[in-house]
Amino acid sequence: MSIDLNSSNVATRENRIGSITGYFGSLQDLSEQSECGTLRGCSRCFSQSSSCLSMCALGQLANIRDVAIIHHGPSGCSAVSAMVYWQDKVMAKKRGVTTNTVYVGTDVNERDTIFGSAEQLRKIILETYERHHPKAIFVASSCTTGITGEDIDAVVEEVRPEIDVPIAAVHCEGFKSRIWATGFDISDHAVLSEIVEPPKQKRNTINFKNFYESARPEIVEMFHEFDLDPVFLYCNSSVEELRHLSEAQATTCICGTLGNYLGNGLEEKYGVPYIRTVNPLGITGFETWLREIGRVTNRSDKIEAYIARERKKYIPQIEEIKKELKGLRAVIGMGPGYTFEVSRVLDELGIQVVWALAWHYDKKYENGDVPPSMKYLLDKGIDYGASVSDQQNYEVMNILHRYQPDLYLSRHPGSTVWAIKNGTPAVYVADEYMIFGYKHTLEFANAVLDAIHNRSFEENLAAHVKLPYTDWWYQQNIDYFMQQGKEKKKNG
Amino acid sequence: MAKILDGQRYKCSLAAMQSVQAIPGAIPVLHSGPGCAAKLSDTIGSSGHYSPNIFPCTSLNEKDVVFGGTRKLRTTIENAMKVLDADLYIVLTGCIPEIVGDDSVSVVDEFREAGKPVILAETAGFRGNSYTGYEQVLDAITDQYLEPAPEGEREKGLVNIFADVPYQDLFWLGNYEQLAKLVSLLGLTPNVIFGYEGGTDRVRDIPKAEFNLLVSPWVGIEPMERMEKRLGIPFLHWPNLPVGAFETSKFLRALGEYAGVPSDKVESVIADQEGYYYYLIERYADLFLETRVMAKQFTVSADAQYSLALTKFLVNDLSLNPATQFVVDDTPKKYRESVAAEFSNLNHGIKAPVEFETDSWKISQAIRAHDYHGYPLVLGSYWEKEVTEEMYGHYLNISWPVQDKVVMDESYVGYQGGIKVIEDIYSVAVQRWN
Repeated sequence: MSIDLNSSNVATRENRIGSITGYFGSLQDLSEQSECGTLRGCSRCFSQSSSCLSMCALGQLANIRDVAIIHHGPSGCSAVSAMVYWQDKVMAKKRGVTTNTVYVGTDVNERDTIFGSAEQLRKIILETYERHHPKAIFVASSCTTGITGEDIDAVVEEVRPEIDVPIAAVHCEGFKSRIWATGFDISDHAVLSEIVEPPKQKRNTINFKNFYESARPEIVEMFHEFDLDPVFLYCNSSVEELRHLSEAQATTCICGTLGNYLGNGLEEKYGVPYIRTVNPLGITGFETWLREIGRVTNRSDKIEAYIARERKKYIPQIEEIKKELKGLRAVIGMGPGYTFEVSRVLDELGIQVVWALAWHYDKKYENGDVPPSMKYLLDKGIDYGASVSDQQNYEVMNILHRYQPDLYLSRHPGSTVWAIKNGTPAVYVADEYMIFGYKHTLEFANAVLDAIHNRSFEENLAAHVKLPYTDWWYQQNIDYFMQQGKEKKKNG
Repeated sequence: MAKILDGQRYKCSLAAMQSVQAIPGAIPVLHSGPGCAAKLSDTIGSSGHYSPNIFPCTSLNEKDVVFGGTRKLRTTIENAMKVLDADLYIVLTGCIPEIVGDDSVSVVDEFREAGKPVILAETAGFRGNSYTGYEQVLDAITDQYLEPAPEGEREKGLVNIFADVPYQDLFWLGNYEQLAKLVSLLGLTPNVIFGYEGGTDRVRDIPKAEFNLLVSPWVGIEPMERMEKRLGIPFLHWPNLPVGAFETSKFLRALGEYAGVPSDKVESVIADQEGYYYYLIERYADLFLETRVMAKQFTVSADAQYSLALTKFLVNDLSLNPATQFVVDDTPKKYRESVAAEFSNLNHGIKAPVEFETDSWKISQAIRAHDYHGYPLVLGSYWEKEVTEEMYGHYLNISWPVQDKVVMDESYVGYQGGIKVIEDIYSVAVQRWN
């Protein structure tokens, strides 16, 4: 589906690329159903709270330096503003730059839901502009202002002549999509439509979409060896850098779910090639990704030399540690941009995945292909129990209880603690570079070993807490509350 | 009317979920969008027996906005009771169902005979903030869960304590524990519903109490009045958290008098507590007097509870002088006068200038503009860190939002709490020479 930059509204992942949040079965079945078009997501008649797409959308935009986010809604919607402010400040300090990004709420109250608040919003935008002189402004809606019909597009158009920096309306009502990753698309859409300019000259840059750039120094060093300058997005990005994204040699990302929309958008609109391989996690992932960058940017020789040199350094060490990991059984729960990538790395390391949960599943990417990480697993004939579950913790607990794995790997705040209460060691794979390239694959393998070797904390805690789930629930099938799933089985 | 939150100081009414979370055995059931709990949760002791990511939630979507979400609410409550062990299910509505007009009251009513209690608080985010959301939870408990104690079942000396808003106030757990200890020192029996000693049993004990003790400038007054009316429990309103010896002794005398504790008993408790307190203070007095780096003026920027409590402590115990104090909790207009009056109720006729302000940007501007006659002491939220550092001042993060401090069960209440405040302040001061 092509990207429409003339509208400020982004179609949800469900509508655009058929993404789902409910499925129960196996990896092979999931992919067969995706390919033949029979995959339909299930809904649940019971769910536990998960996440809001506006956190993804505005969290991304607020990582850009010196911008203003104005979140038009009740004070709970903008409650994460303090966390974002702190994160911006510490990340800028680490990088040695400064940022004055602000995230402002509008404290919409009951009266506003009846009489409207467009005029107040207009004043707040102008006041924010006056106070902070941001280099771009993003005006976001919420569930409340979305339902009551506040026309943020009209307000943005009204103030545009009074403001000499880019300003975008950002539609991020939390009810719009069960898939919070739609928020990433929303942020990319705002950047693409209001900030990125048509190319004036080609540069030796590569756009690198990531979260918090922890491996930045080493990646900069690596790309310099290939005569490329990576531009990391959006953490610590400047608005000026974003203006020139269209002039890059290519776009790549650390997580397909995160980078998909921007990558496709830049390719579609400005012809910047988007690297569509598996992600650079683990050995195969890293090499496949590097070779594709080499091919697209005509740097294959340099890249092959790099691979040969680094392999010598790391592969023997990785082979050595694999001996200790062999036979471990793992359950993983992550966004789909990681679940199927991390499964591949675990397979490389000799760890058996007994169950994998993806917080959502994109049947196809924007270009219509099956996600490459999935394709790789299928081609290798790998299969395991799989479900799609928007962080439904009760399903995770049922799975852990049933399979009693050696290890649970998860990527979302608040998820690992439940595994350890079950007595299962957990590795929090939060940093997106935790398994990046040879070096971090080795580090990751060591982190897994460390988690397995000392289980004191897990055992102590598990022995002293009572889990809140009923015995009844542990006796039910994992898909007990999935609705269409059961009908389908009955019929079929 | 919508207003700018440039450095916001509170969350919406649905933050009431944290008040429920603080009562062991009670679980919030959210009739809201899927991500409200994730936003309202902070990493301050949230991974308890129930954590925000396991709160049952109707996770409303676009379809529910159009067709209503009552069916989902029904199945969510029904299944929550099957999946999660809890003694009390408190349904909290968010913005979506209240705008689209879901009849949540009727759905909750259907569960009257469900075997376990299910009650409702309509806490749409736009109705208020963390403070009023907490009050709504107390009101829902009073109206829907409790009955007046039958004649003869009231317990002499049993005191329900209400003070901090759990999780909104960083020190809530420790503070409730310390308040309970102070009440016990006088031979009374504390009843606290929040925290490790709390729970649904303690909630059910509420009607048996002789009186409620409300330690708070304004939050909780209405719920106390409601309990008085519906359950016949009178309340003693003490307008500030007692921090340090001066205020704590005053508090104990007032409590003793109200509860009919013989004054010699009260005085002996006070003498005992003050003895140890001043033993510590005497040993460290040189540190207070001879630190080169701290001006005698300070600012507290916090909710009414902390702004008032710390102002009284720093003035009445440590001889510091108040610059402008900021009250950031959007105090309802009807309480502002009485809260402001307390800022003038200080030793030596000192009157602390006070401003009710929810805009942190303005607060930072005011701090920047003030002459503290040296390096200022600023006790506030994370939003005051930047300006205080700019002024080479001393900064403590004591008010939400908190990014700079981990507090498990520390407390600022009582004699011990005063000592803790001093330790925290001087742990910052000793890092500098001049």
